[in-house]
Amino acid sequence: MNINDIISTGTRATREGFGQGLLELGRSNPKVVGLTADLIESLLMQHFKAEFPERFFEIGIAEANMMGIAAGLATAGKIPFTGTFANFSTGRVYDQIRQSIAYSHKNVKICASHAGLTLGEDGATHQILEDIGLMRMMPGMVVINPCDYNQTKAATIAIADYFGPVYLRFGRPAWPIFTPENQKFEIGKALHLADGTDVTIFATGHLVWTSIEAAKELSAQGISCEVINIHTIKPLDEKAVLASVRKTRAVVVAEEHQRNGGLGDAIANLLVQKLPTPMEYVGVNDSFGESGKPAELLEKYGLGKKDVLAAVKNVLERKGK
Amino acid sequence: MTDTTKLTMLASQVRRDIIRMVFGVQSGHPGGSLGCVEFFVALYGNIMKHTPKTFKMEGKGQDMFFLSNGHISPVWYSVLARTGYFPVAELATFRKLNSRLQGHPTTHEGLPGIRVASGSLGQGMSVAIGAALAKKIDGDPRWVFALTGDGELDEGQCWEAIMSAAHLKVDNLIVTVDWNGQQIDGPTKEVMDLGNLPAKWKSFGWDVLILENGNNMDDVIAMLRKAKRRTGKGKPVVILMKTHMGYGIDYMVGSYKWHGKSPNQEQYDLAMKQLVKVELGDY
Repeated sequence: MNINDIISTGTRATREGFGQGLLELGRSNPKVVGLTADLIESLLMQHFKAEFPERFFEIGIAEANMMGIAAGLATAGKIPFTGTFANFSTGRVYDQIRQSIAYSHKNVKICASHAGLTLGEDGATHQILEDIGLMRMMPGMVVINPCDYNQTKAATIAIADYFGPVYLRFGRPAWPIFTPENQKFEIGKALHLADGTDVTIFATGHLVWTSIEAAKELSAQGISCEVINIHTIKPLDEKAVLASVRKTRAVVVAEEHQRNGGLGDAIANLLVQKLPTPMEYVGVNDSFGESGKPAELLEKYGLGKKDVLAAVKNVLERKGK
Repeated sequence: MTDTTKLTMLASQVRRDIIRMVFGVQSGHPGGSLGCVEFFVALYGNIMKHTPKTFKMEGKGQDMFFLSNGHISPVWYSVLARTGYFPVAELATFRKLNSRLQGHPTTHEGLPGIRVASGSLGQGMSVAIGAALAKKIDGDPRWVFALTGDGELDEGQCWEAIMSAAHLKVDNLIVTVDWNGQQIDGPTKEVMDLGNLPAKWKSFGWDVLILENGNNMDDVIAMLRKAKRRTGKGKPVVILMKTHMGYGIDYMVGSYKWHGKSPNQEQYDLAMKQLVKVELGDY
């Protein structure tokens, strides 16, 4: 597909896609149960709760307990979806996830909203930028970060059919929708958004759209970008990554996360072993965030379109040498 | 032979297993294990409805048990093996490489009878609540049992779980606290005073039962039966079970020093003299 053919059809928050997906899942799969730690409406779980009150549990502000209860529900055959902010879904409960869910191989879906800087005004206490890294390190954990409303909804529905722990990460702000409605979501399959020959941009989550916008601008300047949406960070679609990099021999990775431990490191880890290639990171450089509007924060912390443009130019310079 | 006699004999054998397992690998937690022998034997040998030979993770139509203080794995492994979950000979592999009997219980190696990993403390009650809620959704009338240590109650997650079980009216859940008053660094009173434990549980909305002698088989059975009768009334039930750490071996009893320490050869010989041989036989 040509980069200029990718257009946005509107905006909606990815967390709304989660709420809608969970509701539809509740109708089709009676094993699905929902849990929250005092954040029903932030994660749009009120729709599921209203229709399936007997399958929804308000646990209060007690995330550790919520993860344990989810593990118990899964033990007895349910498919629990826990809903809270990404910060409280990961770092706060790392050991509970580690022992009661991941090591015990429980079929729990850890659904995490308000990830990254775009949480905005609440500031760094809530803007977790380490969650992908934390969950990537966890043996057996599937890590998914969809890019828009439609994809988040599709991912929410798809993960119920996979047996095992999943970390599903999404965000707070309204964000451009550009993937198809009612798409089929395949865990672990990278999505090729645009063909290119000069550089591959691998992106995940909100920064997929940012990367598309950057690629459009670069296209006008005669630079051909391959853009690949890595919605599943773990397991990484190694075949798709290597196939693209063999062609372009230059890589930019863009994510709303620390450079440490995120998608960039996952791809670097692969490339350093199989296909060493010049690569640039677009990610937060070992710092916490702060209060501000999402767009202002993305700009200040180096996650804007201009940062993708700069990264592409840098990597092309290195490739040329 | 009466049921209690059989169970008492089983308890003797379980104590021998515990010491032999821990001595065999020079590692493990004998103190709490010995103190909870009567509880495990009563639960698996008398109280619970369960099918060891056809163990299923989901436990539908069965009673389920969750061990939160996973370090007392020797007592659990012995009782699981002795009640038919896996071959008794496998007890010899405890804590050794390639064993299903990990230092702390896990599901990872597929040992029948284990439903969740435990050892990092404070998590088991939450898991038990989840399983009990699932039984309620499914209309399954059986019970969920859990054991937690008293030192373990230092963990904040325990109190999250205690609050939520009452709030969610999880009245098919029976939690037992091994109230031995000891933890690794010393008596609980000195390390972290639990204060008025019965009042705490009561004020959190639980039906509180106190068992004065958790090392008397008849008393444990009677108390567990009583606890079952108290379920189904809108409240979770807790048994605060007083036990003696290291019960059955004179130099271990009542001391926190045997929390996680193996006996040496001389101590082992002495312990085995004190633990009567029964016809079940050592593994």
